[in-house]
Amino acid sequence: MGLFRIFDVAGSGMSAQTVRLNTVASNMANAEVVSGSEQEAYRAREPVFSAVMNALQGRDATVPVQVSGVVESNAPVNREYSPQNPKADKDGYVYLSNVNMIEEMANMISASRSYQSNVEVANTSKQLLLDTLRIGQ
Amino acid sequence: MSGIIDKAIGIHAQALQLRARRAELLASNLANADTPNYKARDLDFRSALTEAQQTTQLVTTAPGHIASQGGVAGAETLYRVPLQSSLDGNTVDSQMEQSRFAENAVRYRATLRFLGGTISTLMTAIRGE
Repeated sequence: MGLFRIFDVAGSGMSAQTVRLNTVASNMANAEVVSGSEQEAYRAREPVFSAVMNALQGRDATVPVQVSGVVESNAPVNREYSPQNPKADKDGYVYLSNVNMIEEMANMISASRSYQSNVEVANTSKQLLLDTLRIGQ
Repeated sequence: MSGIIDKAIGIHAQALQLRARRAELLASNLANADTPNYKARDLDFRSALTEAQQTTQLVTTAPGHIASQGGVAGAETLYRVPLQSSLDGNTVDSQMEQSRFAENAVRYRATLRFLGGTISTLMTAIRGE
């Protein structure tokens, strides 16, 4: 029965969007983190989504989504002159994260909207299945 | 199932299966709304239904032969032409897909209603009330 597979698809969508929301949460939490060197500085993370294409799937209708990895942003890391900071390097600089708060907010809204649309899909399918069970009564 | 019940149910059984299949496709589109390079898919309901009604199954006589997926499962899926393409190669338009999904769900319910009516007619006939 095809409608049952929609739960897998919508579930995969929800879990992928949850990973995205999680990365947004870590990025925002670590936005103000300072570190003593450029290598140690916190870099914004974001998930990479990919479609699950089964081998030889041919005309299989359902294509779930998966998170194939989490990558770190390669945007430049800002540094700040703050010699009183215990983490400052020998020249008195600390390195900030490269998190862009505006980007993260937009990402968060997009992820939650996508999550909601997957929930709607699962709800509608559930309702359709329940109606189908009641057929002829 | 034979004869009279098949005739009474007619096209609705296949229509219901096709609606479920289209719902699967649209759900996949929505789940992959943020996947780079994912191409949105859909099926042409009218031609799929016509195809499902007049399918001929290919006979497989050797292990190397590939069985044809006749009927509803054999309906061809098409790739959507995007209204506005995005830079990451994704062609899903969430709003359009959502409204199509809603439309498909309503039509699924309509088919269910037709089937329910047919079944209650048959039950009336069987009970002879």
